[in-house]
Amino acid sequence: MDLSKLREDFPILQDERIAYLDNAATSQRPKQVLDAVRAFYEETNANPLRGLYAWSIGATERYEQARARVARFLGASEASEIIFTRNTTESINLVAYSYGLKNLTKDDEIVLTVMEHHSNILPWQMVAKKTGAKLVYMEPDAEGVLSEQELSKIGPKTAIVAVGMVSNVLGVTNPISELARRAHDAGAVIVVDGAQSTPHFAVDVTALDADFYAFSGHKMLAPMGIGGLYVKKSIMEEMDPFLTGGEMIEYVDRETATYAELPHKFEAGTVNAADACGLSAAMDYLEAVGFDRIAEHERRLTRIAHEAMQKNPHVTLYGPTDPDRHAGILTFNIEGCHPHDVASILDSEGICIRAGHHCAQPLMKFLGVGSTARASFYFYNTEEEVLRFAEALTKVRGWLGYGS
Amino acid sequence: MDLKNIYREIVNEHNLHPEHKCEIDYATHTKQGVNPTCGDDITLSIEVDDNGIITNAGFSGAGCAVSQASTDIMLDLVVGKSKEEAHQLIEMFMKMVHGELSEEEMDDLDEAVALKDIAHMPARAKCATLAWHTLDTMLE
Repeated sequence: MDLSKLREDFPILQDERIAYLDNAATSQRPKQVLDAVRAFYEETNANPLRGLYAWSIGATERYEQARARVARFLGASEASEIIFTRNTTESINLVAYSYGLKNLTKDDEIVLTVMEHHSNILPWQMVAKKTGAKLVYMEPDAEGVLSEQELSKIGPKTAIVAVGMVSNVLGVTNPISELARRAHDAGAVIVVDGAQSTPHFAVDVTALDADFYAFSGHKMLAPMGIGGLYVKKSIMEEMDPFLTGGEMIEYVDRETATYAELPHKFEAGTVNAADACGLSAAMDYLEAVGFDRIAEHERRLTRIAHEAMQKNPHVTLYGPTDPDRHAGILTFNIEGCHPHDVASILDSEGICIRAGHHCAQPLMKFLGVGSTARASFYFYNTEEEVLRFAEALTKVRGWLGYGS
Repeated sequence: MDLKNIYREIVNEHNLHPEHKCEIDYATHTKQGVNPTCGDDITLSIEVDDNGIITNAGFSGAGCAVSQASTDIMLDLVVGKSKEEAHQLIEMFMKMVHGELSEEEMDDLDEAVALKDIAHMPARAKCATLAWHTLDTMLE
């Protein structure tokens, strides 16, 4: 299979004037995914999990097949270990409310890294505030590596370790297996923010020994508004519901209720079955392309961009010096130019990048910058797009009124 | 106007050589304005005399070229004006940003008119209006 042929599957990418390099924010969707969503609505649309007629049964089947697909994709042992959510943020909030508030006390510590996305910080701030638990931050070195000294912040007081598998700014991959081992040795659980890892490489939550693994569909070709949370079965069994209401109950009377079996207990209200079908199709698509080829292509694009940017004397790159450790994410600044101006100027050239704090303000502060610009690649990006981006970067200072 | 032309013709000059980016000696009003999404952070200082005329103005802080240039352009415009006149200009600028100002009315905004098209970009409107909002609350 030729990767450049795959681009034809993406309707929006047929506009060759636009180079979409903001994939860490959200990916584009292939027609296979759009078709799967459409097929649900056109062929078997009804409220799943309740109906006693063919369409509703069909809707339920497709929804549960999608759950089984996600479980297979992530290496979970059972489909019931997968809870559908809207996105990573909701998944982590579910853990914070249903596990964190229930199990933590003032003597506990929650260990994070300073690289976390706000969605893996704010829920823990909430838990800390309500339970009196303490937040402890591990800090990476200049290469984005967590040293032994930092890892040893996981200790007897630790109750939760919450870490992003891939930083959405630095692009580095954190050693999840090692962190999980240390967490478990300390009697803690590990919550993995998989928003940036799931789209780019094969993840096996069982091999990682993760207790919780959160991800978003929209960063990996699926529709916006569908994501998931893997929870180890033994832990899920002990958790209280997150949201309550329709579809998550077994029996309700005026004062009390009993809850539906796992994982439905955690999916209150009518579920997003159509987009779950889209997510399932996205996973089919990614596995058909193959993560080896995805990684190889992204590595090549990242090397090309990295080399060109390093030759540019006005560009500062953040994160590891080795482009292969960036997971297709290059965060940078251009001397004298605010990232928002850089992004606006590149937009006028048809190049889409992100600028700002990337929902990682503590990391921005740690890096000593107010904001940064970020280009992020996916397998459908081309060498031509990357070269166009690198060439445009050499002109930004000129467009912003500098002599060179 | 093409975005690059807007930068070339107006934004770059005021961003790279801001006339009012300085401390003023007898400030009567000082206020900070922050745009949390961009990190734009400016502090305006103005001197208003006994007759209610803005006699001097300066700013400090950091931000994108659009916010810095818009601040400098605005201060250029309001020095020598009464508080009421400044307030009217702010109102006109906001109307322009929302596409509610006629071409004739725009003349009063002088150089600030050049920001019209940038202000129409939803992502950048906040950069352009930060200083104007800040001054507006100072004059209340």
